[in-house]
Amino acid sequence: MKISPEEVAKVAKLARLDLAEDKIELFAGQLDDILNYMDKLGELDTSEVEPLYSPVQHTTVLRADEVRKDYTREEVLSNAPEQDGQFFIVPRIV
Amino acid sequence: MSDIHCMTLTEIAAKLQARELSVEYVVQSCLDRIESTEPRVQALLSVQAEEALAQARAMDEAGPDADKPLWGVPLVLKDLLTTKGAPTTCASRILENFVPFYDGTVVERLRNAGAVLLGKANMDEFAMGSSTENSAFQRTTNPWDMDRVPGGSSGGSGATVAACQCYGALGTDTGGSIRTPASFCGIVGLKPTYGRVSRFGMVAYGSSLDQIGPMTRSVEDCARMLQVIAGHDPKDSTSVDVEVPDYLAGLGSGDLSGVKIGMPEEYWGEGLSPEVEKACRAAMAKAEELGATTVPVKLSYTDYAIATYYIIAMAEASSNLSRFDGVRYGYRNKEADELIDMYTRSRTEGFGDEVQRRIIMGTYVLSSGYYDAYYRKAAQVRRLIREDFDKAFTQCDFIAGPVCPTTAFRIGEKADPLQMYLIDIFTISLNLAGLPGMSLPVGLGENSQMPVGLQLMGPAFSEAGMLSVADALERALPPMPVPEM
Repeated sequence: MKISPEEVAKVAKLARLDLAEDKIELFAGQLDDILNYMDKLGELDTSEVEPLYSPVQHTTVLRADEVRKDYTREEVLSNAPEQDGQFFIVPRIV
Repeated sequence: MSDIHCMTLTEIAAKLQARELSVEYVVQSCLDRIESTEPRVQALLSVQAEEALAQARAMDEAGPDADKPLWGVPLVLKDLLTTKGAPTTCASRILENFVPFYDGTVVERLRNAGAVLLGKANMDEFAMGSSTENSAFQRTTNPWDMDRVPGGSSGGSGATVAACQCYGALGTDTGGSIRTPASFCGIVGLKPTYGRVSRFGMVAYGSSLDQIGPMTRSVEDCARMLQVIAGHDPKDSTSVDVEVPDYLAGLGSGDLSGVKIGMPEEYWGEGLSPEVEKACRAAMAKAEELGATTVPVKLSYTDYAIATYYIIAMAEASSNLSRFDGVRYGYRNKEADELIDMYTRSRTEGFGDEVQRRIIMGTYVLSSGYYDAYYRKAAQVRRLIREDFDKAFTQCDFIAGPVCPTTAFRIGEKADPLQMYLIDIFTISLNLAGLPGMSLPVGLGENSQMPVGLQLMGPAFSEAGMLSVADALERALPPMPVPEM
C-alpha cells in the first residue's frame, strides 16, 4: 500500500478538505491504484535530464508603473459572499 | 431558410455580411434550435438570450462591418472563460453564482470581431475529466447517440456545435479536452501551440498545459476562429510574441504534394479499436492519394505520458484551486464561526469528487518527501517527451494518429478514475510538449456508427500548415453527416 487512509486524511487536511470516513477509504484505494500506475516512471533513468516545467520561457511582463483604476471597488466586491461595501468580511481569526 | 442552423460559420458569416439574413433572424434561429434540442443534449449551462437578441437588433441597425470577420455570428463559450455580466461556473457548485466583471482576452477578441455570444457550455468540473460526466449541474449527451458521452472536458462545446445550436464554440485543452470531444462529436477541434492564444480570463486547471482553441463544423471555420483569438497578450506572461500568420491563406489547394506525415507505431498498434483504425487508415490512404508521403516515426515515451501528465496536472491543479476559499467569490459555508473552518467547509461542500481527488493527489505529489519522486521526476520525463517530438519532426512535417482508441463510450461505462485517465493516451503527450494538434472527423465507425477523429500534430506554431493539410483531407473525404436530432 503506497498511501494509507491516514495519509489521505492528513493530505486532505493540508488541502483544506474534510472528508467523511467512507470517502477517505474510497480515495485511498483509488489513489493507491493511481500511484502504482505512476510508478512506471521509475523505469526511466532521468538522472541527467533537466526538468521541463513549462513549454515556454516565462518572462516577467513589465509595464510603466502608473497608478490606474481598472476596476471599481464595487466590482471587485461584487461576488463576495459577505462584504460591507468597503471590505471582504470573514469569520473572526483570533 | 429553415436549415440555416446547420450551415458552417463561413457560410453564415458571408450571408450576414451580404445582408441576406439579419443578425436577429440568425440569432433567433439558434435560440429556437437550442430550445428544441437542449432538453435532450443538455450542452449549455446558461443562455444569454435577451442580451444576444438586443445585440443582434443593434447590429442590424448599424449594418455589417467588413472589418469584423465574425460579424453577427452566434458562438458559445466553455464555461471557464470569464465573461462580463454572464455566469462563469466551471460546472462547479463552488462557482455557481459567480458573475465576472471583466472579459477574458479571447472573449474580448471574439466580441471585437463581431461575434454574438449565445451562452456558456457544460464541461467537466474545472475541466477535470474526459467525458463531461463530472459536471456538478447536468450530463451532456452525445448528439449522435443520447446514451453516449460527448467526450470531455469541452463536451458541452462539442455537443452544442454538433447539434447545430451555434456556428462554433471555444473549448480548452489541457490533456485532450478539445480534441476528444471534437472526435466523439464528429466536428473539428484545434488545440493551438501553448502560448499562441492568451489564457488571461481562463480559469486555470493545469497552467503549463491549458490552451484555448476553436471547435467548429469545418476546417475553414476553425481557421477563421483561430485567426481572431490568436496573438500575443501582455496580460498573460505565457503568451508568446510571435507573428500570427494568415490561417486561411493555405486552404483550398487540395494538394498535399511534398507533405511528409509521420505515423508513430505507438499510436497505430495494439489497443486501438478496429473501427477507429480502419477509418483513420482510410483517411491516411486518402492523404497519400493527394500527394502526401507517410513515414514511420517513433514516439518512444508514449507509454509514460499518462503518468507524467497526471502528476503535473494534479500538482498544478492543487495549487490553482487553492484560491477557492470562500472569501472573495464563490460558495461559502455560512455555519463556520472560525476562518480555517470556513475555508475547509466551503471547499469540501463546493468541490465535486473528481476535483477533490485531484487536489489530494496534487497536494501529495508536491509534499515534502514525495516532490522529487513524483513531481520532479515527471518534469524530467516531460522533457524526454518533448525531445521525442522534436526528433520525430526532423523526419516529417506532421504526425498523424487517432484521437482516441475508441469512439464515444456509453454514459457510466468508465466508472474507475484510472480507466478514465487511460482514454487520454494519444492526446496528452502533445500538451506536455506544448505543441499544436487537431481532430478532424474522418467518418463513422463501422460498428458503432459513431464519429471517428483523426489527430494531426505539428511542430510549435505550425497551425497554418496543419489547417491546410486538414482542409485538403476534409475536401477529399465524404462529407460528414449531421446527427439527426
